[in-house]
Amino acid sequence: MATTESDPTVKISIKDVFKIFGEQPERALELLKAGRTKPEIHAATGCTIAVNDASFDISAGEIFVIMGLSGSGKSTMLRLINRLIEPTSGAIEIAGRDVAQMSRSELVALRRNDVSMVFQSFALLPNRSVIDNAAFGLEIAGMEEAERKRRARTVLQAVGLEGYDDSRPDQLSGGMKQRVGLARALAGEPTVLLMDEAFSALDPLIRTEMQDELVRLQSEHSRTIVFVSHDIDEAMRIGDRICIMQNGEVVQVGTPDEIVLKPANDYVRSFFRNVDVSQVFRAGDIARKTQVTIIDRQGVSAAAALERMEHYDRDIAIILGRDKTYHGMVSRNSLIETTRDGASDPYRRAFLKDIEPIPAAESLSNVLGKVAASAFPVPVIDEANRYLGSISKSTLLETLDRTA
Amino acid sequence: MTFDIGDGVDSAVNYILDNFSPLLDLIAAVIGAVTNGIQTVLLATPMTLGIAIFVLLSLWRVGFGFALFTAASLWLVDHMGLWSAMMETLSLVLASTLVAMLIGLPLGIAMARSDRVAAIVRPILDLMQTMPAFVYLIPAAMFFGLGAVPGTIATVIFSMPPVVRLTNLGIRQVHVEFIEAGNAFGCTASQLLFKVQLPNALPSIMTGINQTIMLSLSMVVIASMIGAGGIGNTVLTGIQRLDVGTGFEGGIAVVILAVILDRITQSLGKERAGFCRLLFRRQAQQPTASAVTA
Ligand SMILES: Nc1ncnc2c1ncn2[C@@H]1O[C@H](COP(=O)(O)OP(=O)(O)O)[C@@H](O)[C@H]1O
Ligand SMILES: [Mg+2]
Repeated sequence: MATTESDPTVKISIKDVFKIFGEQPERALELLKAGRTKPEIHAATGCTIAVNDASFDISAGEIFVIMGLSGSGKSTMLRLINRLIEPTSGAIEIAGRDVAQMSRSELVALRRNDVSMVFQSFALLPNRSVIDNAAFGLEIAGMEEAERKRRARTVLQAVGLEGYDDSRPDQLSGGMKQRVGLARALAGEPTVLLMDEAFSALDPLIRTEMQDELVRLQSEHSRTIVFVSHDIDEAMRIGDRICIMQNGEVVQVGTPDEIVLKPANDYVRSFFRNVDVSQVFRAGDIARKTQVTIIDRQGVSAAAALERMEHYDRDIAIILGRDKTYHGMVSRNSLIETTRDGASDPYRRAFLKDIEPIPAAESLSNVLGKVAASAFPVPVIDEANRYLGSISKSTLLETLDRTA
Repeated sequence: MTFDIGDGVDSAVNYILDNFSPLLDLIAAVIGAVTNGIQTVLLATPMTLGIAIFVLLSLWRVGFGFALFTAASLWLVDHMGLWSAMMETLSLVLASTLVAMLIGLPLGIAMARSDRVAAIVRPILDLMQTMPAFVYLIPAAMFFGLGAVPGTIATVIFSMPPVVRLTNLGIRQVHVEFIEAGNAFGCTASQLLFKVQLPNALPSIMTGINQTIMLSLSMVVIASMIGAGGIGNTVLTGIQRLDVGTGFEGGIAVVILAVILDRITQSLGKERAGFCRLLFRRQAQQPTASAVTA
């Protein structure tokens, strides 16, 4: 699974952020810092603590999902990023600039140029046509009509919505409406996209279609996406990293694997009761380098390989190039047969024909059948054809068992 | 112990008369210009052209059946000899509606933006709507003399509250997600007002304008008591001479004008209806072909 280790640039940094709704937020904050519980604070001040001391970083170019039950403060957290909601205290930095300290005009500029938003119930303006909705942000920013329509048409095309320019939003289906919402958000070429339950109002089939669309758009042009969801399947499906919120607190931030394998508490664990782990893990996550590997060099005889296999008591070996690329897999029997013929290039002819390496990104549900049908552990390779390890029946069973 | 509020009001009226007469003259001049301008245009319009305009508006905004009603009822008004009286009344209605909108729309917007303004204005609106019209008819005549100008002013006082209230309500009722969307894309306060709030509040505002028009029509008989003229005079004459027939004719003419104005202004807040629907329905079904039909 892609993590952001390769690109450590932090795009958004949330530092000690509190948001308290109500008449006396300062007093509520004092009580909170003095260790009083939320119900006590609510009784004393009537205030609701929506975000409680949140701190985390979001990397440039990642899809960062904020997950949690209804009322856990996700929407509030998201709206603190473009300051649709004023923070009670703390700093929200986008590319190093604190949004909480910005003047009105700086904030307007930020929203026009850098940060845009997609809404759960679409929020398309009903009095405007599709194209005028898509061009809304550009119009607000003062772009002249011909140019903004041209740009809007391009983004509408990019999100797969052509030929509806002059339709009204109420003539479109939910999925099409949200494509317009997405087009409107992308038209200004923002670097940050905030999405609040953007696909939750869509029916399940359309929802997965839109998730795939988002991942596709992200692969074409990488933006920093902060995506709020209450659906763990959705979070696992699209998230590079997931932030779990509980009662206004951030309880865990991590990759989907980290969250499945090391849930911080029972609340986090409870999300996975109904999750199909074979959908969560990918082949690369569970491949292990426990097999014998042999570098394929000119002039090295098969005897050395046979010897190593005997030494480690293995029936098979993986043949690699000098650059660790996967060449093939041999068994003791196939190797003995080809060496008996005395042929040159013994490995290539000894490769087991019915072994197909699995790409690292393949989901476990797809791997399951292949591993079960194979007599040997199945090798896994990355995009550059490098060998990552093998998956045996026992590794697979172990994984499924551990997370069940 | 009794208070004499009436004396206080009397001296206040006198004080205003003594000290603010230039201001009163200015108001009278502006409103007089508006009312007289509209009246001159309407009275100069030939009757047949006037009827044609009403019939076409009915056909465009409402439908074929209503256009027939408009044609027949206006023919009736003409044959009762009340066409020019009706035009006078219409100009009074249009002038007072215009003034009510010029004051009422900004006031409604201000109420929507500030709870404090709303709290101050609301009781004043209540007062304007419940105070019997005769009570301010007298000071209006004292300040502005007799004629169309005090008639317009009294009508504005009586008919303005709905447009103020419904502008305020319409803006406040705009869905919070639309406001969030406007803000999230970097609207300034005035962009938010003109591009998000007012367009979405339009149906409500149009309802307010419609009600203002209806209320101002209901003021015409009363306004004619201070010489505003129009159909109100006909009704008033009928009452004064106990001539039931004349009074009834005037009443019918008021009702006919009310029905026509009501249906046409109601349709303004909505999508095009009636006759044109056929044309537009085709366009809606074939979004890609719209360039051809448009
Ligand atoms: N404008 C507001 N005024 C008062 N309380 C609010 C407001 N918005 C949200 N809250 C409260 O803050 C908490 C978090 O809400 P929210 O961020 O909408 O949660 P989520 O999006 O996770 O469902 C809830 O208890 C909610 O009632
Ligand atoms: Mg929410």
